Amino acid sequence: MDLLEHRGKRLFADAGLPVLPSRLAFSPAEAQAAAGELGLPVVVKAQVKTGGRGKAGGIRVCATEGEVAAASADILAMTIRGHGVSGLLVEQAVEIARELYLAISCARTHRVPLLIFSAEGGVDIEEVARRDPGALVRTPIDPLLGLCDYQVRDVVAAAGLDGELAGPDGTPAKQSLAGVVRALWRLYHDSDATLCEINPLVVTTSGGVVCLDSKVTIDDNALFRHTDLKAEAHAAKEDREARAHEAGLAFVALGGDIGVLGNGAGLVMSTIDQIAAAGGSAADFCDIGGGARAEVVAAALDVILSMETVSVLLVSIFGGITRCDEVARGLVRVLGHASVDVPVVVRLDGNAAAEGRAVLAEARIPGLTVAAGAAAAVSLAVAGAGALQAGPKTPPEG
Amino acid sequence: MAILIDETSRVLVQGITGREGAFHAARMRAAGTNLVAGVSPGKGGQTVEGAPVYDAVAAAVAATGADVAVLFVPARFARDAMLEAADAGIRLVVCVTEGIPVRDMAEVTAHLSRRGTTLVGPNGPGLITPRRCSAGIMPADVFTPGAVGLVSRSGTLTYEVVHELTLAGIGQSTVVGMGGDPIHGVGFLECLELFEADGETAAVVLIGEIGGNGEERAAAFVREHVSKPVIAYIAGFGAPPGKRMGHAGAIVEGSSGTAAEKKAALEAAGIPVAAAPADVVALLQAQFERRRSP
Repeated sequence: MDLLEHRGKRLFADAGLPVLPSRLAFSPAEAQAAAGELGLPVVVKAQVKTGGRGKAGGIRVCATEGEVAAASADILAMTIRGHGVSGLLVEQAVEIARELYLAISCARTHRVPLLIFSAEGGVDIEEVARRDPGALVRTPIDPLLGLCDYQVRDVVAAAGLDGELAGPDGTPAKQSLAGVVRALWRLYHDSDATLCEINPLVVTTSGGVVCLDSKVTIDDNALFRHTDLKAEAHAAKEDREARAHEAGLAFVALGGDIGVLGNGAGLVMSTIDQIAAAGGSAADFCDIGGGARAEVVAAALDVILSMETVSVLLVSIFGGITRCDEVARGLVRVLGHASVDVPVVVRLDGNAAAEGRAVLAEARIPGLTVAAGAAAAVSLAVAGAGALQAGPKTPPEG
Repeated sequence: MAILIDETSRVLVQGITGREGAFHAARMRAAGTNLVAGVSPGKGGQTVEGAPVYDAVAAAVAATGADVAVLFVPARFARDAMLEAADAGIRLVVCVTEGIPVRDMAEVTAHLSRRGTTLVGPNGPGLITPRRCSAGIMPADVFTPGAVGLVSRSGTLTYEVVHELTLAGIGQSTVVGMGGDPIHGVGFLECLELFEADGETAAVVLIGEIGGNGEERAAAFVREHVSKPVIAYIAGFGAPPGKRMGHAGAIVEGSSGTAAEKKAALEAAGIPVAAAPADVVALLQAQFERRRSP
């Protein structure tokens, strides 16, 4: 679960990380009011779950209320990398002396949380990592021991801050930075995050240390330990994806015309690849998982067929735990009497495949073809979609 | 002995009195597994599938000499169950459970590596040495004994490839499903090392998918350390580029983990990559042919 900047910053503030005063706004008028409360100048920032918003113009510094209104209207109308802007964060502006980078992330390679720090933060951090990998501190954190003091000292030393530098309240900047590193680890650990990134983490001209951005991803598998976030995750899901998720499905819309349903992420991805190799285009990724019962299959069909782009449905099942006859019964339940007018190609192999094929044969569903093997099923589906594109009167081959 | 498990393995099932545990204990036994015990806290004294049930893993190990534990335990209890197995002296822990929090897995893998315990999974089908031992949920009737070792990140895709191998008369030494979670037990490297050293394995098949850099690291490992023929299949060429938060992933992994990058890395290491699951058969046959003719 990816958190928007403002939500991540609420977690930051609760964890004792320094953030600037800010207000959330959903209209130019609200943004103006927020700027009035905070005091000008302010920064107006698009709230989107993707990177690159600064380069896309989604962050604007505003010195007057007029500028706030204009910037807010512009940004609310933007689409950044396919994401609509869901709101604005209006934040006090600050004078930046230096931009640092600090993150903790789950590293597959090390199988432990990895702390990453760079004295050169900002929008070009990946470029810094490529150009000069040695400029980055990468510290694996032992999950059983936690972050050690010497690791915090290493980060502070790498930042190269002036020992005399102190913030408005007299706290040495080095000490503030050490506090940020410790607090970020506690937050990462306690909130079951898989990513906590601050880019930039800035040193202000007055010697303070402040988190200017937040990127936080919470582990979906751990939401049972975080009931407040779980409720938010549920509310934020797209309607179709929420329905799919509730039924226990993994579902992603892909935009093509061949609806795909299968069991196991690898098998479904492989099917999508084979469709592409045969010149077709998949409408979705839909994994019914292991041991899926008839109700789950029926729910998956509902979701896939609700997409108007789908002109052919391809069902590819290799039964391990999943029984093919259960899948067949789910197919019959939906396709047998509903007004489904797209041709369906089904491939059943593995556990109870013969029984499954018998269930389908008995149901005599018009437009349903049983294919022998994965390759045959893919070519039938691609041929069917092609035939429909050529003219709806032509029935798919087979 | 094939790798990791064979007919001498003494297997216990944690969560054996649950629906899944009982069902798969029966299937494992039918596949030739020497099932010696079950564990379910509070259910000690029962018998399931001919196996005595104990309240704790340590008691089961003491009474039966079990050395392999297969877990059918809900996600929120899986961490504790794996730690219990390792502390009881189990050699190999196989965890099928999906949905375990990443933090729990980081703690578990750190503890198990200190104990010297090997982990397969979680969120995977386990492993099988055909007709001799099945530790997990693989459908045994798809497999046939032979000389091809297989290690995979995907469950059903594994069955698909093995099905094709079996139809073509190519048997398997051991098949390992490493599981799809970001933090898991044995991976490509560990299995390649074991298969290379295993007298019963003549060739290895790797089945990968998008994400992470396991395939890239496997390619480098094969180049340096593996003399046996290796074939690969990768799924996910058509996957949409994921929206990724932040930069940490790209900085850490050094690649974006696309299927095309993985294919290129494998081919650069001399590993043929099949275009479709069924094509693994022809690539293997070509490798065997090449070895036979000087």
